[in-house]
Amino acid sequence: MDPDRPSLTRLPAGIALPVAARVALVVVPSSFLAVFYVWPFLGLVAEVVDGSAIADTFGRPGLGRVMWFTCWQAVLSTAATLVVGLGPAYLVARWEFPGRRLLTALLTVPFLLPTVVVGAAFIALLPDALETSAVAIVIAHVFFNVAVVVRVVGGVWSQLPADLVAAARVLGAGPWRATREVTLPLLRPALVAAGSIAFLFTFTSFGVVQILGGPTRVTIEVEIARRATQLGDVSGAAVLSLVQLALLAVVVGVTVRTQRRASVSIGLHAQASPRPRTRRTRLAVGAAAVTVAALVVAPLAALALSSVRPGGRWSLTAWRTFGDGPARPGADLGVDAIGAVVASLRAAALATALAVAIGTLAALAVSSARRGGRLLDVGSMLPLGTSAVTIGFGMLITFDRAPVDWRGEPWLVAVGHALVAVPFVVRAILPVLRARPVGWREAAATLGASPLRAWWEIDVRLLRRPVLVGACFATAVSLGEFGATTFLSRTGHETLPVVIARLLGRAGDVPRAQASALAVVLAAVTTIVLVGVELLDRPTDGGGGGRARRS
Amino acid sequence: MIHRRSTTRLGALALVSVLALVACSDDAADAPTDTTDTTQATDATDEAPVTITLVTYDSFPAEGTSLNDALASFTASTGIEVELVIAGDTGTMVSKAVLTAGNPEGDVMWGVDNTSLSRALPAFEPYTSAEIDALDPALTALVPGGELTPVDFGDVCINTDLEWFTAEGLEPPTTFADLVDPAYADLLTVQNPATSSPGLAFLLATVAEFGADGWQAYWTDLRDNGVEVVDSWTTAYYERFSGSSGDGPSPLVVSYASSPPAEVIFADPPRDDAPTGVMTETCFRQVEFAGVLAGTDHPEQAQRLVDFLASAEFQQEVALNLFVWPARTDVAPPPEFVEFADVVDTPLTVAPEDIETNREVWLDEWTQIVLR
Repeated sequence: MDPDRPSLTRLPAGIALPVAARVALVVVPSSFLAVFYVWPFLGLVAEVVDGSAIADTFGRPGLGRVMWFTCWQAVLSTAATLVVGLGPAYLVARWEFPGRRLLTALLTVPFLLPTVVVGAAFIALLPDALETSAVAIVIAHVFFNVAVVVRVVGGVWSQLPADLVAAARVLGAGPWRATREVTLPLLRPALVAAGSIAFLFTFTSFGVVQILGGPTRVTIEVEIARRATQLGDVSGAAVLSLVQLALLAVVVGVTVRTQRRASVSIGLHAQASPRPRTRRTRLAVGAAAVTVAALVVAPLAALALSSVRPGGRWSLTAWRTFGDGPARPGADLGVDAIGAVVASLRAAALATALAVAIGTLAALAVSSARRGGRLLDVGSMLPLGTSAVTIGFGMLITFDRAPVDWRGEPWLVAVGHALVAVPFVVRAILPVLRARPVGWREAAATLGASPLRAWWEIDVRLLRRPVLVGACFATAVSLGEFGATTFLSRTGHETLPVVIARLLGRAGDVPRAQASALAVVLAAVTTIVLVGVELLDRPTDGGGGGRARRS
Repeated sequence: MIHRRSTTRLGALALVSVLALVACSDDAADAPTDTTDTTQATDATDEAPVTITLVTYDSFPAEGTSLNDALASFTASTGIEVELVIAGDTGTMVSKAVLTAGNPEGDVMWGVDNTSLSRALPAFEPYTSAEIDALDPALTALVPGGELTPVDFGDVCINTDLEWFTAEGLEPPTTFADLVDPAYADLLTVQNPATSSPGLAFLLATVAEFGADGWQAYWTDLRDNGVEVVDSWTTAYYERFSGSSGDGPSPLVVSYASSPPAEVIFADPPRDDAPTGVMTETCFRQVEFAGVLAGTDHPEQAQRLVDFLASAEFQQEVALNLFVWPARTDVAPPPEFVEFADVVDTPLTVAPEDIETNREVWLDEWTQIVLR
């Protein structure tokens, strides 16, 4: 897009926030990353990686194949996710209809369901020919990650001024041309942000690849886990983890660059979404909403069904035996559903608070500091691209002595979740921050506000919606997180995904039905929490274009 | 309008407060579930209460079962509190133990198995349990240095869907040779030994049966007879196997000898006969061990816990909670376990040090033969 278009001013590289404030913004998130990511990771590398480990890794046949498969499936999955995600993103961002918030929350649910659970439902819905194929992997990645596009792109889309498109239409552009030349360029930073998260997720994909790809399709992440846990070759795993990061650093570096270059400032307001007025649009919006909901709900319905039909007959045993009563005398599965829900919510609350605090500061720092900010931008994304095994093992050998003897601390699991969630918060906020109108800040200064005050009033206040989007993700990530959790040692109550996985490791009708029932509980809890967070997103004042419909 | 808005905001506020409450109620819920009467415990031992940590794998129930009750009774009689740390699956747990050898994350570990035994040994402090004489000597012989104490065993075998074979009018296969017979083509699902521990056990069973130079030819035949490979036990048993509650296409799957009794015990609706059987000639024996982690701050208490884990009181609980057989010869498993589990008279086995030396080479060879 042409950055010199008159109505769209390019954003200056830095802004006039006092140096001390900028430093403070950078220090807090950097310290968090340094302590809980960089230190454990480098600690592990320093402990186990040596020349022979590197030589062994590169000397082993098949590494090139694994790297190639990892990259192309991730690129393809990301592209497909972006294309498919635009439809539902448009729907929930630009139209007001009954159940819109519920649909938005539902769309996030696939993102957090443990793949081991949904994988089964997914296989059942796929045609046989596609099972255990690369196509199945891509379809599953789209299904799981569409939420990212809906949230991140939809978040910006809902705030794009409608008058730009209207102006294009008045000037004679058809709907397709207006979309291509006005809407898409304006969405580009958000598309890049969503794309880079989807890329990281699919690049480091573990469960989906294992379940749907079959044993011949191996990503670097799968190979790292296999070396570290099955073969006890932690050194080899750490070397592969470095290889994975090096590959990623290139990709992330490129996207960060693109994203910054594409930033334009426009007036972002919460826009009043129209309700479909004509019969045709009403039908179209309704049909689209129902289709999207059906696609999301189908696997969930399959889960719910399998929780009440163990062994092919209707039964409520799985639901009845939660928490109390053994399945047979002496044979108790030890499932405390309420305890697991509470444990999951508690971890999610802590992880969300941490991720939102750190991620918001990081986003503000990235957008207002120059060099340090850029470093932080890339740095905050790295945990998402680092194998969970390496981080888990790194924490184990780093936090092992007073005063940092934190092994087995329950909060360490939440910190692990927060590390995964911070990039989402940053990605949700940055496009909005970068697109903020420069003039506003100057207007505030003209009216007598100090730079700090202007920053507070303009930047920080713009953040309410993107922060909520980020919080949704952090909550979803934490509630559904399984990979990092399993590699961290844990004490106390088990979280839902962990209990589900434990049950699925047992033979018998009841454990299986209970796993399905718990997955339904997980989906329900998450939907409730996300709808709750969505409800917080109501305009607090009468001014501006309120999203709430005015009658 | 205003009215509606404030109610939804109130609802959201309530939700946030609930979340906050949940987040803040740490103290109440974090109290160990196995807390018992500490005054009584202190009287019993005359010592300040000590908490020791039992590191274990993720299929060990964290709370609420008779296994946890047994641990609580240990605390009641000794005054030693036991905290459970779940360290991941067996492979992950052993890797962690080796990585932290000398400065362990707990005092005692439960669940090291014979396929990872050799690499685990340096992480343990030799200790000969007071209960050693009651344990199966064939199992204790696996650890001549006394670093670990055998606590249970089980067998990985091919399970058969009995109803499927009856319906097809086909005798279920019984031997390795049957599996490469074209009459049984395309019926077997196994796990990838590179990613699954039962998968590895079954590969080791063929190594034990055909020798270090013979198993390759057998797997070539298996491949040609249409063996299906998936990555995990869960996928194999629940998605591909036809004999459990799933409706997969394969009537033969690699699972455990204890899976048929589990199918009865956890059946819904209840049933009196196992829907699945076991090919007892294909079984690889998995033995699990417990031991004192080297570098513990509480060696004496840790040793007492190892003794307890090998005691009759604890051993009688392992069958129905972990679906394994007790290592003690004087503890009888519960009747439903005995009734529905086939006895494996001649399990296959490979020496732990041979597994350690050759595992990676065997896995690479297997991958070349079966997957490429």
